[in-house]
This record gives sequence, C-alpha cells and structure tokens, in this order.
Amino acid sequence: MSDKVTAYVRTEMLEEKAPPSLNTGPLGWIKENLFPNWFSSILTLVSLWIIYKMLAAFIPWAFGGVWNASSLNECREILQGVDAACWAVIHERFWQLMYGFYPDHLYWRPNLALILLIVALIPVLFDGAPRKLLWISVATPFVGPWLLWGGTIWTPVAAALGFVVGIAVYRLVASALSNLAGLVLGPLAAVIWWILLAGRFSDLVSSILPLGIEPVESRKFGGFMLAITLGITGIAASFPLGIILALGRQSNLIIVKTLSVGFIEFIRGVPLITLLFVAQVMLAYFLPKGTDFDIILRVMIMITLFAAAYMAEVIRGGLAALPKGQYEAADALGLNYWQAQRLIIMPQALKIAIPGIVSTFIGLFKDTTLVSIIGLADPIGWVKYIQADAAWNGIVWELYGFVALVFFIICFSMSRYSMYLERKLETGHK
Amino acid sequence: MTTMTDPPRESFRLSMLLYDSRYRSMTIQIIVLMGFMLGAAWLINNAVQNLAEAGKTFSFRFMSEPSGYDINQRLIDYSSRSTHARAAVVGILNTLLVALMGCIAATVLGVILGILRLSKNWMVSRLAAVYVEAMRNVPVLLWIVLTMAIMVEFMPTPREFRGEEPEARMYLFDSVAITNRGVYIPDPKFANGLGDIPVAISLRPEGCESYLEGGELADSCGLFQISLDLWLIIAVLLAGIFTAKLNVKRANRIQAATGERPNTLWVNLAVIILPTLAVLWYLGFYLEKPVFDRYNFKGGIYMRNSLIALWLALLLYTAAFIAEIVRAGILAIPKGQSEAAAALGLRQGKIMRLVILPQAWRVIFPPLISQFLNLTKNSSLAIGVGYMDVTGTLGGITLNQTGREMETVLLLMLVYLVISLSISSVMNAYNKRNALKER
Repeated sequence: MSDKVTAYVRTEMLEEKAPPSLNTGPLGWIKENLFPNWFSSILTLVSLWIIYKMLAAFIPWAFGGVWNASSLNECREILQGVDAACWAVIHERFWQLMYGFYPDHLYWRPNLALILLIVALIPVLFDGAPRKLLWISVATPFVGPWLLWGGTIWTPVAAALGFVVGIAVYRLVASALSNLAGLVLGPLAAVIWWILLAGRFSDLVSSILPLGIEPVESRKFGGFMLAITLGITGIAASFPLGIILALGRQSNLIIVKTLSVGFIEFIRGVPLITLLFVAQVMLAYFLPKGTDFDIILRVMIMITLFAAAYMAEVIRGGLAALPKGQYEAADALGLNYWQAQRLIIMPQALKIAIPGIVSTFIGLFKDTTLVSIIGLADPIGWVKYIQADAAWNGIVWELYGFVALVFFIICFSMSRYSMYLERKLETGHK
Repeated sequence: MTTMTDPPRESFRLSMLLYDSRYRSMTIQIIVLMGFMLGAAWLINNAVQNLAEAGKTFSFRFMSEPSGYDINQRLIDYSSRSTHARAAVVGILNTLLVALMGCIAATVLGVILGILRLSKNWMVSRLAAVYVEAMRNVPVLLWIVLTMAIMVEFMPTPREFRGEEPEARMYLFDSVAITNRGVYIPDPKFANGLGDIPVAISLRPEGCESYLEGGELADSCGLFQISLDLWLIIAVLLAGIFTAKLNVKRANRIQAATGERPNTLWVNLAVIILPTLAVLWYLGFYLEKPVFDRYNFKGGIYMRNSLIALWLALLLYTAAFIAEIVRAGILAIPKGQSEAAAALGLRQGKIMRLVILPQAWRVIFPPLISQFLNLTKNSSLAIGVGYMDVTGTLGGITLNQTGREMETVLLLMLVYLVISLSISSVMNAYNKRNALKER
C-alpha cells in the first residue's frame, strides 16, 4: 500500500500576461529610444534643452514680427524694445529678391517660363505622364530663353531651324550618298546655319513680319530668377557634357583620354570663383575682337564646365562600379560601342550614380550664389544691396533667413527626389 | 575537313581609315587632336592679338614691383612697400592658415556629428540629422556672409570692454575677447627665446644693412623668419613620440613572449609630455593675454572678424558633409564583422576600435580628403567677407591695381592647382600604401 502520489501536471497553458506597461506603447518606445541608460538619458535631456532654447528664442521672434513698416527704425518703434523679427523688409523687397530689376509688368514671363519648364520636366521625371507632353519638353529650350530675354520670336525659331536643317541635310545626303557622309555633312550644315545664316534669317523675317515681345537686358536679371536660370541651364548642359567627359576618361583612345583627364583635373583643381574671374575679365581676350557677349551667358558657360567636370567623375564612378561582365556581355551580343553604351552600360551606370549626380546638381545650384562676388545680382547680391540701403541698414537674420529657407526648400526637395528615383529604379540586384 | 586560311590580305584603302576598327581609333584620335590644337591656336592667337591691341604685354615683371596696399591679417612681415609677389605669398599663407584651421575643426565636429547621427538615441540622431540637412542644403557663401554679419552686428564693440564695470565680458579667465572687429586670444611668448633666423636674406639692403653688419634684425630683412623656439619644441615633441613608439614596440614584444602586456600609457605620456614641459620652462614660456588699453585691445593674437567668420562658416558647413561620410563609412562595414568580434569575446569599445574603425577608415579616408580639398577651394570665398587670402590679394587688389588680368588669374589658378594636386597626390600615395592586399 502506498500513498497515492498526486503529481502536479498542468493541463492547460497559462494565459499570456501583457508585457510590463513600461515596455510597450509610447512609454516603451520612449524608454527604449530616449532613456535606455544613463548616458543616453543625459544626451536626451541635453537635446531637449537645446531644442527648447532654440524654439523659445525663435518662435516669439518669428511670430511676433512686424510685417508692415518702411524701415528698420520704424520696425523698432512699433516693437518698442521687444526682440522680434522685422519681416517688413521681406514684404517690401520680396519682388526684388525674386526677380531683381526685371520689369514688374513682365513678371508673367519668367513665371510662364518656369511653369513651362515644370510641365516639360514632368514626362522626363515621372513615368505616368502622357507622352504628348514631350513636345513641350522639346520646345522649352527655345521658348524659355525667349520668354526671359524677349525680343523677336524669330530668334528661337531660327535656332530651332538649325536642327531641322541639320536633320534634313543628313536624311538627304544619307539617302543620296552614304550614311557616313550624312553624319558629317548634317551637323556641319547645322553649324553653318547657326553661325552664318540664322542671324540674317531672323533679321530678314522680323523685318517682314515683326512679331516679338519686349526685350529685357541681362543686367536686369536678378534674385532667385537669376539663380534658377543659371542653375537650370547649368544642370541641363553639364549632364550630357559630363557623360561625354566620363566616356572620354574611360576610353582607350589615348589622346581623347589625356584631354579628358587634363580638363577634369584642371577644373576640379581650381575654385569656381577663379573660373568666374575668367568669365568676367579674361574671356574677352580669348575671343575675336568685338565679340561682346552677355556676362550671364559667360557665367553660364563657366558654371556648366565646372559642374561637368564633377559630373564626369561621378559618372565615372558609376561606370567603374558596373561589373565587367556587363561590358563583356554587350560585346558578346555583337553590339558596337555606342549601342553598348546606350542600351547596356549607361542605364545601369547612371542608376548607380544617381545620388552623386543629384548632389552635383545641388552643389551647382548652391554655387550659383558665387556670381554675387563678380557683381551679378543674385539673392545674396540683393541681400547686400538691401543692407546697404539706409532704411534697412543693420538687418541680418530676416533677409539671410529668407534666402536660406528658399535655397533649403529647393535643394532638399531635389535630394528627396533622388531618393524616390533610387527606390523606383531599385531592381534588387546590384 | 576544314582548313583555316588567313583572310585574303587586303591592300590599304582610304575608306579603311573609317570602317576598319584597326585604323578607326587612330583616325578619331588624330581628328580630335587636330580639333583641339586648332581651337587652342585660335584662342591663343586671339589673346595675342587682343593683348597687342590693348598695348599690353604678357609678363610677370609686375610681381616684383611695390604693391602699394596694406594687408591687415598676415603671418609674415609685409608692408605696402613690399612687392606684389610678397602680397601673393601672404595671401597663400592666409589661405593655408584658414584651410588648416578649418580642416582640423571640421574633422573633429564632423566625426562627433557622424557618431551622434548613428546614435540609438532617437532624439540625438534626429537633431544631428536636422543640423546636417540644414547645413548641406544652403550655399556656403550664405553661411560665410551670415556669420560675418552676425560678428559685425551682434558682437560687442571694443569700447564696451572699457571701464571698471564693462558692458561686455572676456571669456576663459579674461584671456579671450570677442569683439565685432575680431577675436583676441593669448599669444604664446618666450621670455628667454632663442630668437628667429631669417631665410633668404634679401640682397637689396633695404633695412638689412645693420643686420648684415652684425646688428639687430630688421622686419623687412629676409623673405620670412623661422622661429627657433617653435622648431625646438617640435623637435622635442617628435623625439618624444618616437620614443613612445619604441616603447609600444617593446611592449608588443614582451606580450608576444610572455603574454603579459606592460603598461605603456603612463610611460608614453611621460616620455612625450615631460621633456616638452621642460623645454617650455627653459624657454620661459608664458601666455600674453590681450588687455584693454584705452581705445582697443593690446597684446595677444588678433584674429580679424573676417578670418573668424570664414573659419566658422567653413568648418560648420564642411562638418555636415564629413558627418555623412563618417556615418556612411561606419554603416558600410557588414554587421557580421561586429558580430564576429563579439563572438570572439571583445567588448563594445574594443570592437569599435579594433574591428570597425580600421575597416571604416578605408572607406572614410578618400572622401574625407576630397572634403578637405573642397574646404580649401571654398576658402576662396574669403573675398566675400574681405579676408585677404590669395584670391583677395593676387586675384583681387593686385589684379585691379596692375590691370594684368591674364597673368594674375593664371597665377591664381596655378596656386590652387598646386595646392589641390599636392594634397590629392599625398592621398593617392597613402591610399596605395594602405590598400587591401587582394590575392
């Protein structure tokens, strides 16, 4: 006889307990991310203190500001010793910061050019857009400058006709003689048209049929309009130039390679400001006597060359990162150099290089501010003019803050777009 | 059965220059070269003609003429009677000064920011991210002129330091004064210094006669002067570091033989610091504090507000880029590395120091140097705030006074090219030495 041993065996599972309230929900998140240990807690407290100090200084200053006054002294009288912003300067000078001395009844023209540009960019930047918008993308390079500088409509028409002439000559010669002769004579005809005939054509037609809008001189350009004009032409022109330079640097044609390397290393070795000095004082010496072309155009050329050298290095990085198998596969398929570049190499290399390309664009747009040093009236140039005005002498934060904010918005959205593009093109393999 | 035969030997035809890939690359290259040379010849021809018409010659003789302008921030002796060449040298030294100060400070701040950006603490990493984005997306020129405007508008005037109850205070035990004209910091001086020796004593005895005859050294004597005190200190420091390295080697040997590592830290510190202190004591080292004297500060080192503004703006701007580089470098190391190190039993600090950082360093180093180059090139924006770097002297006042655009701008470009290329060649050599040896 033995005592009956009753072993305790649990027959059903215990119910799960909720985790301690300190480890879940917002509290848990705070504990884990802000106060995991004493050192981190101190850092959090310091950060909170910094944020508090900045907001406590900024919010009353910014939101207590004066919007209507005609001078800094008037602002101070209204504020009566309270430390707050004098936004009146932005209110009064807003249009100058935006357009410089551009005639105010013509503001619609840069605005229209910008809208046109945005519409033109849509089919380039986003997939879903209707393909017909591409026609606007083709027209914008001709219509945009015409809208900005004005003058007769026949100038952009003559410029566009150059391409038509070139293509027509190519077709004609290619069918009559050979493809190669067409490739040589077509561009030649276009260049001859642009250099010799286009000016006469537009003069002639505009004397018969004077269609045009009020011309605006370059020196009236200013403010963000100038910065954006310089930035966009620079971006548009430096990208293809950068690709060509990168290919030149990777090429196994020794002379092409040497020239490309020399150009890239030279441009990257000197600061942009020295190139702007060249545009300002030296370029006139290197051109035939009497050629006097616009300072804005000269600056555009220099900024483009500068950005192109950096672009070339970024794209070269993309080319170098591409596995060798891709080149060999293209060769194995029997593609020639340009076909391989267009169909296999470039799409992948550019995709790899997107972050670098966009940060070069951002750098280029920021570098347009350097033109204020050679006396063009970009936003920073305008800030200085306004500060030199007796009415606003001594104003600092409001003006620089405003300009910085606009630059920040533009550049930050560019960098966000590049992240979107990277995600969109991500194929999962590298 | 197939037989392989060589393709029939074609005789050379002109069209083969274009269609035969053996010759085509040659053709293209010759066309490119001819185009380039034609273009260059056209430009140079234009330049020669235009210069002749303007009645100018291409010569650098103006560099040895007196400059006639003053430079208010300088590292070597200079007066308005000095030559344009010397003004350019003053400018180059100023460029190097702000670049060096900027690179050091930007690296320190950038590394701290990069690590904060990686912090697990959400708020800290957000705060660092906000800083980085705000700095990177606004032009550096704006930061420079803004910092300058803040210095000028919001810092106290020297007058406010006057009297028994001054409105403004000096910092760090009354040794640093921040005014709207610049910053005064203590000047290291030597009571029994060894003096300076002039280098390249000018043969034109302008103020040099007495020295050449064994008298006192004049300011304008010699191209520049070398401080013997400084060299002595540097030599002692280097000797100390060398001894410390020997000591570490010895410790490594003992550790390899016995498994026990003798303590090296204290010995090393002693070897480096004690002799230096002894030399400083021997030379009678003291800090000369700036003192307010009626109208302005006397004594100490005076750094103009333009230098301070430029330096601050460049360092804050570049630090944002360096922070991103450091972050990317550390993130580039696969997680397996730190896990493997943890599996070996290393502690957190050692994992970072022995495993992560040496590998991340390879990723970080090249872009870091290119940021240094960018900072040096951006320092040319000094002209926006009136700091007399080489762009301000050679490309600014000298250009305007002599009207020799061609020569000055070319020289200016050459100076920057030499600086950039020498930095990047040092980097390439270092990279090559430290490259991963792959088999």
